[in-house]
Amino acid sequence: MAGLAAAFGSGAMTNSIEELAGADTIFVIGSNTTAAHPLVADRLYRAKKNGATIIVADPRKIQLALTADLYVSQALGSDAALINGIAHIIIKEGWQNQQFIDDNTEGYEEFKAMVQGYTPERTTELTGVSAEDLYFIAEKYAKAPAGSIVYCMGITQHTSGVDNVKSLANLAMLTGQIGRESTGVNPLRGQNNVQGACDMGGLPDVYPGYQKVDVPEIQAKFAKAWGAELSPKAGLKIPDMLSGLNDGSVKALIVVGENPMMSDPDQHHVEQALKKTELLVVQDIFDHQTAQLAHVVLPGASYAEKDGTFSNTERRIQRLHKAVEPVGDSKADWEITQEISNRFGYPMNYASPSEIMDEIATVTPQYAGISFERLEGEGLLWPCPTQDHPGTKFLHAGGKFARGKGLFHAIEWRAPAEVVDEEYPLWLTTGRAHVHYHTGTMTRNSPSLHALMPEGFAEINPVEAERLGVSEGEMLQLTTRRGTIQAKAMITDRVRPGMVFVPFHFMEACANVLTNPALDPVCKIPEFKVCAVKLDKAA
Amino acid sequence: MDYKSTLSVCPYCGCGCSFYLETIDGKLVGTKPSATSPVNQGKLCVKGWKVHEFVQSPRRLTNPLLRKNGELVEVSWDEALDYVADKLRRIKADHGPDSIAFLASAKITNEDNYVLQKFARAAVGTNNVDHCARL
Repeated sequence: MAGLAAAFGSGAMTNSIEELAGADTIFVIGSNTTAAHPLVADRLYRAKKNGATIIVADPRKIQLALTADLYVSQALGSDAALINGIAHIIIKEGWQNQQFIDDNTEGYEEFKAMVQGYTPERTTELTGVSAEDLYFIAEKYAKAPAGSIVYCMGITQHTSGVDNVKSLANLAMLTGQIGRESTGVNPLRGQNNVQGACDMGGLPDVYPGYQKVDVPEIQAKFAKAWGAELSPKAGLKIPDMLSGLNDGSVKALIVVGENPMMSDPDQHHVEQALKKTELLVVQDIFDHQTAQLAHVVLPGASYAEKDGTFSNTERRIQRLHKAVEPVGDSKADWEITQEISNRFGYPMNYASPSEIMDEIATVTPQYAGISFERLEGEGLLWPCPTQDHPGTKFLHAGGKFARGKGLFHAIEWRAPAEVVDEEYPLWLTTGRAHVHYHTGTMTRNSPSLHALMPEGFAEINPVEAERLGVSEGEMLQLTTRRGTIQAKAMITDRVRPGMVFVPFHFMEACANVLTNPALDPVCKIPEFKVCAVKLDKAA
Repeated sequence: MDYKSTLSVCPYCGCGCSFYLETIDGKLVGTKPSATSPVNQGKLCVKGWKVHEFVQSPRRLTNPLLRKNGELVEVSWDEALDYVADKLRRIKADHGPDSIAFLASAKITNEDNYVLQKFARAAVGTNNVDHCARL
C-alpha cells in the first residue's frame, strides 16, 4: 500500500473486479488467485475465455499457471529484477507510451537509466526466466489495448515489498496501462475488511481517510470533531509495539479480532513480548493462542450477528445485516469499545452502526456520500464524495493521479534478507490453501472445511522426496534459524527442487515458527515469502 | 417454524462476495449466494458455501473472562469492563498515553474499527493503532 501510495497518491486497487473480464492482457504476479481469491480467479478465467492473454509469474506452479498462456517460475525474491527486465525490453523496443509518460508522470529519466542495467541476459541470470519469455511478457502487456496487473502477498511479503510494488507501478505508467477501464495495478487484499480497516484509520500515521496525523490543520479538524486533544506524533507499527513491550515502553495492548501469536513471524519472539504486558486484552469470537496469554478476554459478535459494513478489495463498501442473535453474552465490537470508553471517561453514545457511519461520512472525504440507506443492494465504490455521487469504478481517470503526477521510482533489485547456505540449503515459502483461511480460527471451526483438510503439510518436489527417502504423507522435520516444526510431506511438482511450501493455517505445524521477521524498511511487512530451511525425515 | 434469509457479506478474503444467510428459528442452517452481486454473481467458493458453519459453533467465546490467580475465569461484563477501564486509566497516568497500543482488525466492520481508533486517539490520546494488513 505504501508503494502504490508513493507512486499514485492512493494505495487502493485502482480498478474494479468486474473490469478484469474485459482486459486484453492480465499479468498475475505473486497471487495464488484460485486459492486465495476464488471469485477474482473466476473473472480471470472469464477474461481468458473472452480472448485475453493470461501471464502468471509465481515461484510455485499454482493452479492458474495450468491455464495461463505463459507461466514463468521466477526465483524466490527476484520480483523487482523480473519487472525491471520487462521494463528494459519495453523501452529498448520503443513500446512505451511516451505521450502518457510526458503528460502524466515524473521521474522517468532516472528510471530509464536504472533499467538499462537489466538486460535480458542479466535478468535471466537473476530470475531464471528466459529471454524469450521476458519478451513475450513485455510485448503482450505493453501492446495490449487494456493491460491489467494483479498482485498479492507474493509481491509484498518481502523485505523489498514496497520496492516490488513501486516497480509494478513503474510498469503501468511506462505503458499507460492505468486510469482506463480494465487496466491498472490491482492488489488483492487478503482479508475481507483490510481495505476498510485502513480506510478507517486503523494505521499509526493516519486518521480515517488517510489524513495524516502530523498535519496541523487535519489534526485540528479531528480534535474539533472528537472534542479531544490529539497526539501530533505518528504511532507505533506492530513490530515496534512488540519491541516496545520487550523494552518496557509499552505496557498495555488491546487486540481486537487478531491473533498475532499465529499471524506474526517468529512466534517465540511474539510470545515473549506478549508475556511482558501489564494488560493484554483480547476481543474475539474464538479462543486462540493470543487469548490464552490475555488478562482479559472479551467475547465479540461475529459478522452474522451484527449490522455494519465491510469494504472489499475493490473499494466497494457493502452492508451486512444481522441474521441471528449473538451467541451467549457476546457483543458487537463497537459496543464493547463504547462501554470501555464510557467507563474510561470519554463518553460515547452511538445507538447503532448506522449512526457511526453518519459520523464517518462527516470526517472522511472518500466516504462523505455514504449512508446505510445508500448501501442497500450492491453497495458503493469509494471515493464517493457527495450524497448524489455514484461511486468510482476506477481511480486516476485519464492519467490524473491522486498525487498530481505519477511518480517513477528508480529501484534496484535487492536480495532477500536470508538466502540459502550449506546449513540451511532449501528455500522456504509460505501461503494459503484453498480450504482454509489465515490462522484458521474460522475455517478450522467449520466442520465441512476441517474434514476437507484436517491438518497441515509441507510441499516438496519429487527430487527432494527421493533424496530424503520420504514418501507421501510421511512426517518431515523443517528447521530454520528461528525454530522447528513437523509436517506431513506432500510430494508435488508445484514446487521446484530446492524449494518447500508450508501453509500458515495450522497451529500444530505453524509456518510462522519458521519464518524470518526481517522487515521491509518502509512499511514493516515481514519477509514471510522467503527464508532458508533445512529438511529432514522426522525421526 | 420461522425461516428467514438475510443478506450478508463474506468474512473471509477480500473479494467481498455477498450471500443470504438462511436461518430457521434463530439457528443458521445454510448459505445461498446472491445472484445480483456484481462481485460473485451467484457463485461462491468452498469456504463461502460453508460460511454459516462456524458462527454458532460450541467453541465460540460466550462470556467475558478475567485472569484471577493465573487462571482465566468467567466474570460479568461489568467486572471485565471496569477492570479494563481502570487499568488503562492507571497505565496512562503512570506511563503516558503512548504506553498503550491497539490492534484494530481487518476482520471487524468499518464501524467497529472507527470506534476503536477513535477511542485510542481521542480518549487514550495515542496514535498507537495498527492492524495486520501486512500479514
